[in-house]
Parts: sequence; C-alpha cells; structure tokens
Amino acid sequence: MNAGNQPTAAAAMPLRFPHSIDGLAGTSFKHEHLPAILAEGPQRGFFEVHAENYMGAGGPPHRALETICRDHPVSLHGVCMSIGAPQPLDQAHLARFRNLVERYQPALVSEHLAWSTHENTYFNDLLPLPYTETTLAQVCDHIDQVQDAIRRPLLLENPSTYVAFAESTMSETDFIRSVARRTGCGLLLDVNNVFVSATNHGFSPLQYLSEFPLTSVGEIHLAGHAEQADDEGELLLIDSHDGPVADAVWKLFETVVESCGPIPTLVEWDSKIPDWKILKAEAAAAQAILDRCQAIAKSKCHAAA
Amino acid sequence: MRQLEQHPHASYTAAFASSLLDPERATPVAVAGPAGKRADKRYNVYRNNVTVSLIDALAAVYPAVQRITGVDFFQAMARSHIRATPPSSPLLFEYGRDFPAFIEKYEYASSMPWLADTARIERAWLDAYHAADAEPLTPAALAAVPREKLADLLFTTHPATQIGRSRFSAVTIVAANRGTDPVERIDASMPEDGLITRPHCDVVLRRLPPGGATFIESLMSRRSLGEAAASALEISSSFDIAANIAGMIDAGAFIKIISGEAR
Repeated sequence: MNAGNQPTAAAAMPLRFPHSIDGLAGTSFKHEHLPAILAEGPQRGFFEVHAENYMGAGGPPHRALETICRDHPVSLHGVCMSIGAPQPLDQAHLARFRNLVERYQPALVSEHLAWSTHENTYFNDLLPLPYTETTLAQVCDHIDQVQDAIRRPLLLENPSTYVAFAESTMSETDFIRSVARRTGCGLLLDVNNVFVSATNHGFSPLQYLSEFPLTSVGEIHLAGHAEQADDEGELLLIDSHDGPVADAVWKLFETVVESCGPIPTLVEWDSKIPDWKILKAEAAAAQAILDRCQAIAKSKCHAAA
Repeated sequence: MRQLEQHPHASYTAAFASSLLDPERATPVAVAGPAGKRADKRYNVYRNNVTVSLIDALAAVYPAVQRITGVDFFQAMARSHIRATPPSSPLLFEYGRDFPAFIEKYEYASSMPWLADTARIERAWLDAYHAADAEPLTPAALAAVPREKLADLLFTTHPATQIGRSRFSAVTIVAANRGTDPVERIDASMPEDGLITRPHCDVVLRRLPPGGATFIESLMSRRSLGEAAASALEISSSFDIAANIAGMIDAGAFIKIISGEAR
C-alpha cells in the first residue's frame, strides 16, 4: 500500500466495506452457535466464515449466513484458492469466490499465502512455498487475478509453517512486503502464525513483527496452538485452532495493536469447538485490548490538542 | 484431466505433494528444519493434517456409516479410500462421491452388504442439503387443476429431490443412525426405496411404498402423471395414486406443474 510503486486499480479502493468493522473483535462463525447468537440479539462484533462452506447452490448454509449478515459485519476468508502454487488458479473456483463477495458484500475478504492443489489433487491443507523471485512473481500474478475478479483488495494471510525450503532466497517478511507493494493487496496478520513459525524456525517473533509491513494490515487473526516435538525432541508448535489463545500470543497481539491501532481482530476456533460463551469470551478479551488501545489513542489526541 | 503447462518452477509442489498421501515415501529433500535440523516429523505434520482432515470430511458426509462401523473401522476404511481417491475439488462437500462404490468392494466391510447403500443415501442427503433453493408446489396449486386435466400434468422437480433404491433396508438404517438416539435391531434384508427432499430448510428422508420410487422417477423424467401412475401400477397392483400424490406434495418433491396442453 506504500507509495513508490504503481498501485493496481484494486488498490485505489478502500480496504473496508459497509457494516463498519473498524475496531471490532470477532469470531469464527460456527453453525452450532447460531441459536445462542440469535438468542442474544445483535452483538458488537463481527463473524468470519470460510468461503468454501458457502459455495453450494443453496440450503441451510446460505440461510445461516444471511441471518448473521443482517445484524453483523462479516469477513469472508478463503482457504483453498491455492495462490501459492505455480499452476494457474482454478477459474471456476475464482468465479465462485467472486460470486460470494458480490452476494454477501463482506466487510473483509482474505486468503492465504499457501497452496493446497497440485495438478488435480486438492490436499485440504495450507502447504508452504519457497520464497524466491519466481514464486514472488507467480503469487503476485495470482493475487492480481483475484483482485481483478472481486474488484477490491484482498487481505493476504501470513502462514504458519513447519519446514523451510533450501531454495528460498528471501525472508518471509521481505516476500510479503513485496507482494503487498506490487499488488496493492492488504495483509491479514495472523499473530498466532507468527508465534508458531517463530518457535518452529527459531527466530524472534518480535523481530518478525518489526520487519512486517504493519501499515498494510487490515485484519488480525488470533488462535490456539498445540505442542508437539520435532526430530530433535524440541518444541514444535502446531497451528491447531482447537483451544484458547496462548498467553504469549496475547502479549504479541497487544504489542501489534499498540503500534498499529485497533485493527479488526478475529479469534479463530475451528476444531473441538466450545460453547458459544467460551468463544465469545475470547473475542471479548481481544475487544478489551482493542478498546484500551482506542482510549489511549484518544487521550493522546486530547493531550496534543 | 486438465492439461497443465509445464512450469519451470513446478518442482516444489510436485516434490512436496509426492509423499503427502504415502507414508512409505521419504520426506522430500527440498524441505528442512532450521539450522540443519531434520524435517521428518515436521513434514509429518502436513501428512497428518491432510489425512486427518480428509477423514473428518468423509465422516461429516457419512455420519451414519461411521456410527455403524465405529470410529476406528471408519478411519481405516476412509484412509484407504483417501489414498486411492484423494479429492479433486476444493469443495469438500463434493468429496467422497466414489466412497459408496469403494465400500462395496472393501473386503473388511463384506459382512455389511447394506453399508454401501447406506452411504449412497447419505451422499444424496448431503446433495439435497446444498441444492438450490426453490418453493415447493402447494397442495392448493394441484387442487385447482380440473380432474380431466390431471392425467396429462407434468411436474418440475425440486433441485434437492432424489430417489434412493436399495436391495436392503438402507432407508431405515440411515434414518436410525443419523442421530444419537439408541438404535433397535434392524432387519437389513428388506428392500427399501427412499425419497430425499428439502421442502424448506431441513432435509427430509422418507420411505416410499412399493411403486412409489417408479412413480416419482417417472415424473422426474418428465412423463405425465397418468403415465407415471401406470408405471407404478405395473410394479405394484396395490399402488395408491392419491396417497402417493399427497405424499410427494407433502415432501416438497416438486416445484411446478405444467398442464399437458403446454407441452
């Protein structure tokens, strides 16, 4: 988003859309929570859905999403565009994605820096890619295609990874910064992914964040992780989305929010899904941090005036 | 298969993908841990994510099959299927169309000959769940048709409507095993036909009387009401036309009637 490079048409449009999501915390939308959510009435907060779950022609998934869209901002999160693969994007899938954006007018639209399809096999996981000039060019080309299709900027999410590629010639943060600069896309900063990757690859998460192009971040993700061991018996973190956000990740989140302001923040929980009140409490904890940051920013403004 | 242009850099996905579904193959040499660490357990995280998430996807499509076989049996059967036939679409609700045929040939399931039909009905159930929305035909719309015009009527099928035929009691088996209520002993040897519809939000599965499947399938293939009733009566002389029409309207199987003259 920084000046200096030719912005694409998509970059000229605002990052956020109707049903204001500014400064809000949200949660993954799980259909089993719908009755509890409706019983409470409209809430302050937003919901994020995985785009692919709403790519059927009709039926209950669309009823549920329409219901939640009436009273809340919604974020559309794609998980299988396979932007990081060398092969061409699946045009039928891209068309389905565009149709969802048109139909539901989500406040945010995001996808992953990863791949999931090779030739005709879909692996249903976010798989890693090497960071080279060649992969940079192909990722930028794919993001251009997505943004042309949806006619608005995409937020690209940083991955959590367990392996690195010997052929990589640049750091992940350099790669992501170049993608944002060349395509005008925004970024979805997954703070848990930063912590997981930092632990797994032995770098400092704060160092990573200091190198991350924070001015392009339009959304933050938080999630729980699990612990395993690598071949050397040392800690290997798994991006499992199956529990509460870890204390260390909350700390990193506060650091990010202090430096970039109250960016819309989502608590993801995709497996071993708890009762609504537990997930809601996680979002409330994120909201409290966003609100505190907002209040501090306001008081600084007053002091300056 | 889509012809892919040879990309000079395609190697990293090809190499990485080659061992994902095959535990016998080595960790790809292109990947490593930091500072010279090994990557076997690290790569296994991806292997595990792929296989476990796809097993979960099949379990979500086929909950009654999983309940009947038990989780361990289902996971082993699903794992074999995933290795033989991984998904080709990113839409997981499209995955597993070949699973019923796989179950039919799966040697450890041979003592459950009705299991494949159970899976077929569950597959139809999910397709009905995601089918396009449409308002079902009302009883009043049909009641307004003069008697002498009834035999020539044609029907437009609701996008969700499907017929499942089984040499076994697959409809009863699915109905009993989709929930969590205790299941009584079922005589699996009775042939059954089922009608799967989604009149409004919820998918409905009902058993059809003898001749009922032929009747509805005839209407679905755009034969007239009179022709469909005649076909059903050939299957079963006790076929009750009025009751079957009422049943299919109640189930929301059709959305429109077209008078024979409009043909």
